[in-house]
Amino acid sequence: MNTIEVPALARVEGEGGLYIGVKDGQVIEIRLDIYEPPRFFEGFLVGRYLQEVPDITARICGICPVAYQMSSITALEKALDVEVSPQVYALRRLMYCGEYIESHALHIYLLQAPDLLGQPSALDLAAIAPEVVKNALRMKKIGNEVLKAIGGRSVHPVNACVGGFYRWPEAVSLKALLPELEWGLGAAKETVRWSLNLPYPELEIDYKFVAIHHPEEYGVIKGEVWSSKGSKISAAEFEMSYIEEHVQRSNALHGHTVDGGTYLVGPLARLNLNNAQLFPEAQKALKDASLKLPLKNPYKSLIARAIELVHFYEEAITLIKAYNPSGPAHVGLKLKAGEGCGMSEAPRGLLYHRYKIDENGIVKFAKITPPTAQNLPRIEADLYAMAPQLVEMPQEQATLTAEHLVRSYDPCISCATHFLKLKIENRK
Amino acid sequence: MTITPKTNRKPKVAVYKFSSCDGCQLSILNLEDELLDLASAVDIAFFLEATRTVKPGPYDVGIVEGSVTTPYEAERIKEVRDECKYLISLGTCATAGGIQALRNFAKADDYAKAVYAHPEFLHYLETSTPISAHVPVDLEIWGCPVNKGTVVEVLAALLQSRRPNFPPSPVCLECKRRGIVCVVVAQGIPCLGPVVHGGCGALCPANGRGCYGCFGPSSAGNFSGLVANMIPHDRYPNETANLLRSFSSHAPAFRAAADTALKAARGKETK
Repeated sequence: MNTIEVPALARVEGEGGLYIGVKDGQVIEIRLDIYEPPRFFEGFLVGRYLQEVPDITARICGICPVAYQMSSITALEKALDVEVSPQVYALRRLMYCGEYIESHALHIYLLQAPDLLGQPSALDLAAIAPEVVKNALRMKKIGNEVLKAIGGRSVHPVNACVGGFYRWPEAVSLKALLPELEWGLGAAKETVRWSLNLPYPELEIDYKFVAIHHPEEYGVIKGEVWSSKGSKISAAEFEMSYIEEHVQRSNALHGHTVDGGTYLVGPLARLNLNNAQLFPEAQKALKDASLKLPLKNPYKSLIARAIELVHFYEEAITLIKAYNPSGPAHVGLKLKAGEGCGMSEAPRGLLYHRYKIDENGIVKFAKITPPTAQNLPRIEADLYAMAPQLVEMPQEQATLTAEHLVRSYDPCISCATHFLKLKIENRK
Repeated sequence: MTITPKTNRKPKVAVYKFSSCDGCQLSILNLEDELLDLASAVDIAFFLEATRTVKPGPYDVGIVEGSVTTPYEAERIKEVRDECKYLISLGTCATAGGIQALRNFAKADDYAKAVYAHPEFLHYLETSTPISAHVPVDLEIWGCPVNKGTVVEVLAALLQSRRPNFPPSPVCLECKRRGIVCVVVAQGIPCLGPVVHGGCGALCPANGRGCYGCFGPSSAGNFSGLVANMIPHDRYPNETANLLRSFSSHAPAFRAAADTALKAARGKETK
C-alpha cells in the first residue's frame, strides 16, 4: 500500500479523518484527525443551576445521552450527599439497558458489520440480506422504546434529574414492552452465534483494560474503577490515576495513565473484567462461544457488544417484571457548596464527570472525560501495531482494514471534542 | 416545490453534519420502521453516518444538521447550498444555533481558555449561528432532537410535491389536547409551553416538569406576557431566563425575552 488518506471517516459518530503516511514501504506517521468543532460544554455549564446540568450534558452526544445524564447526575448527587432509593436506582439501570440496546444494535449491524460483510453500508447489506437488517432495526427499536417509555423520547429523554426522576413512568407502558424484549433476547443470542464466524482481521494487543467494576452487578453506574493490571480505585481518585495530556502532534488531549501508558475502555474492557457479573443467559452465551478470555482483538469488540446485548435484554426484562414503583420518584435536594465526581459506563466506555457547586446549587467548575478521548491514543497505537500487515495489503484493502479498526472502537467524536483541537488544515 | 426529478431517477438526498451532537441524524437512523422504505424511495447519495458510499452532487435535497461555529463551516455551508436544490435545516442547532450558541452571550475566548490547555491552536467563530444566517434555507425543522415523524412527513411531502403538514400550535395546546394537568397552574413550575413551537407532544409537562424550549419559539407566542407571569414562579435565581437561554437561546424571540427576564430579575435585586 501507499499513504492512506481518509479525509472523512464514515459510519462513526462525529467527524474525523485518518492519515497513515508511508515512505519506502514503511509506515512513518499515523494520525487520527479530529475536526469536529469544539462546543465548550465545560465552559457554559459554569453559572448554570445544577438541575439544568443533565439536560445540557445530554446534548454532548445524541447516541449516548443517558450516559451523559447519569454521569452528571451521580456527580452532582455526590456533591450534595444525596442517596437515591433502590427503586430509583433500578430505573436508572433500566434506562441504561435501553441505551445499551439501541447503541450496540446500531453499532454491531449498521456501523461495524458492513466492514465484515464487504458492504459500504447496512442499506446496501439490506439489498442482499434484508432479514439481517430488518431484525437489526427491530432489535434497535426495542432499546429506543424502553427509553421512550421512561423519558418520553430516545434521543435526549426528559425524565431523569438530580435526585431521581421527575415522575415514575407508567408500569403498563413498560410491561407492554416485554414481548418485544423477549424476542430481542432471542435475537441477541443469535447475534452472538453469528458474530463468532465473521472474518475479523488478526490482531492481538496486550491492553490495560479499564472499567467500572461492582461485585454484585455488571458495572455500569456504581462501583470502583478496576484495571486489568490490578489497580482498584474510587471515582474520587480517578484523576490521580488517569489524566489527559495535550499532544500537539495529534492536536488532541489524549487520555493516559499517570505513568504515561495507554489504556482501553469500552466493551472489551468490561467483558474481560466483569464477565462474572453477567446475567445467566449472557454467561451461557459467553461459555457456548468458547472464547479465550481476555479477548484482545479490538475488531472482536463486536462479539463483546453482542454478549452485552444478551445481558442488557435480560436485565431489562428482569427489571421491568419487578417494576412496581412506590414513594416519591425523586428526593428533595438540600443545597450546599461542594464537589462531586461521578462516572458511568457509556456503551463505548467509561465516562467521568466532576463538578463544583456553590451553596445556591450554581455550577462553579465542570470537568468531563469522555470515553473516546481516553481511547484515542490506543486507536493510534493499534494502527501502528497493524502497520506491518497494512503495508503488505493492496491499497483499498489496507484503507478498509484501517478504517474498520477505528470503527470497531465505536468512537464518539462529538463526545470527545470538547477536549480535541479542531483540525481543518489538511482538509483543503 | 417539487424535488422529483423530471426523469425517472430517484431524488438524490445528502445529509450533512455541522456543529452538533449527531442526535438529529440519528433520528433518521432511528426510523426503524421506515428506513428501508425510505432508502428505496430516495437515493441516499451522501450520508457519512450511514455509509461509506459518496455519490457526487448536485443533490435534489440537502439535509443539514448542526450550526456554524468555525471559519471552515462558514465556507462549507456555501458549497452545500450550491450543490443542493432544496435545503433543509434539521434540528435546533441548524435552525437556531443550538446549545453551543450560549457562547454568543459570553466571550468564546473565555470558554476556550476554560476548556483547553492551548486555546491558541483552536479555530472557532465568536458565535454559533443557524444555517439561515449564512445561506438561504428552504425549510426548517425544529427540535432538539427533531421529532422523527416530522422528518418522514417532510420527505413524504417533498416526494408528493405538497406542503408538509407541521403542527401550527404551541406546546401548551398539545399539552391541553393530551389532558395533562398544567404544571404552572397546579404546581407553580415555570414552563415555556405557551410560547414554544409544538411538535414534541408536550413531553416535559407529561413528565411533571416545565417545557424547556427545545423546539424553539412559536410564532404566536406572547413573550412579554410569559416573562411577567413566570418570573414569580422562579424556584432558583433566573430560572425563567435560563429556560429561555438554553437550547434555542439565539432565536430572536427567545433572546429578547431572556433579556427582559434578566432585567426584571436585576430590578428585583435592587429594590
